[in-house]
Amino acid sequence: MSVVALADAALRQRALAAAGAVADPEIPVLSIADLGVLRDARVTEDGGVEVDITPTYSGCPAMGMIAVQVEAALLAAGLPAPRVRLVLSPAWTTDWMSAEGRAKLRDYGIAPPAPRATRRGLFGLEEEVACPRCGSTATETLSEFGSTACKALRRCTACREPFDHFKCL
Amino acid sequence: MSGICDMTSILVAQDAPPLLLHVLRLADTALVLGHRLSEWTGRAPMLEEELALANAALDYIGQARSLYDYAARLDGRGRTEDDLAYLRDTPDWRCWLIAELPNGDFAHSVLRQFLVAAALQPYWRALAASRDATLAAIAAKAEKEAAYHLRHAGEWVIRLGDGTDESHRRMTEALEDLWPYTGEMFEADAVEAALVAEGVAPDPLALRPAWEAMVARVLAEATLDLPAPCAWMQSGGRRGVHTEHLGHLLAVMQHLPRSYPGAVW
Repeated sequence: MSVVALADAALRQRALAAAGAVADPEIPVLSIADLGVLRDARVTEDGGVEVDITPTYSGCPAMGMIAVQVEAALLAAGLPAPRVRLVLSPAWTTDWMSAEGRAKLRDYGIAPPAPRATRRGLFGLEEEVACPRCGSTATETLSEFGSTACKALRRCTACREPFDHFKCL
Repeated sequence: MSGICDMTSILVAQDAPPLLLHVLRLADTALVLGHRLSEWTGRAPMLEEELALANAALDYIGQARSLYDYAARLDGRGRTEDDLAYLRDTPDWRCWLIAELPNGDFAHSVLRQFLVAAALQPYWRALAASRDATLAAIAAKAEKEAAYHLRHAGEWVIRLGDGTDESHRRMTEALEDLWPYTGEMFEADAVEAALVAEGVAPDPLALRPAWEAMVARVLAEATLDLPAPCAWMQSGGRRGVHTEHLGHLLAVMQHLPRSYPGAVW
């Protein structure tokens, strides 16, 4: 590897580390790296760094804020001419959420998505979701949609607590 | 005339090449339906549905933004996604008529959601294999959202159809009102034919059997009679011939950027 390539690889790593530490504005316990929203980074021809992010949902209103925060984080880390690029393909899936991210989510009181994205069709079986507080799987859907596009609202019939469930996608 | 109201309308759909026109049709349907759903905000029958309809609206508007952004690039005249959404008059819009119909009661709105999502989900799934990389990316994302809309709306159709006398009556009325607008979702013209031949877009006619099977199954579960195939279906939205309702919707949706050009939050 040439000296330039090595320097670029180091810049890329710094960019990924700085951008990856940005917290999701809606679920601040997760970083955009935990979520899988941060996709890649590269050094562009003009010597700046470009970071790719992808939306969880097409209309996710947090994307604008995330883009601004990523740029600010890159600037704060001393990275040159940072740019943020929104990519749609491949489409985001909850499979990209890290194991660490899932654990953080559960501790925060939000039931994480199933490890492998399963999708219940209109006549499919109800998925099993464990209550993030007591661990019981005796839970039921209160609302298919919750406080943000990525969450549904459920209730535990064992401890009676309502909780958010990060939807599988 | 000068001052704040001198912003002229733009024409984009007229004489647009097939790909641009196709993207506009998808974008217009998504935005108009998203706007209709947003009209439920503050008026839904219960909090859970308030959240659901607003979230679905957000999905549609997000899809529209991606599509308009692509359309603006295809148009190549320096216009933005906002220009396409806010500066076109009724005859330049290419949405399905079913998307622009007023919300009606909750039965009407949720049935429309079901009928449209049952058509869009297989459409997006097929479009995700498009040779056009941008369309394929937008479709792969939208397909996941449409699947969720289909499940949510389908469950409501069953619950209301197989519910009380009152909910069954309202669902039956909604079905009678909306059915003549379903044919347009499977129309194909020279624009589609050109794109189908190039492997850019799927043939909507080929997707119709899957839609019919889904609709028949849900209506049976909902104890609603499947309407007889209509001899005549409403048509025109994809050619710019609209119901009276679209103009009123655009007047509300476009009011601010038209009255105060360049306004920002």
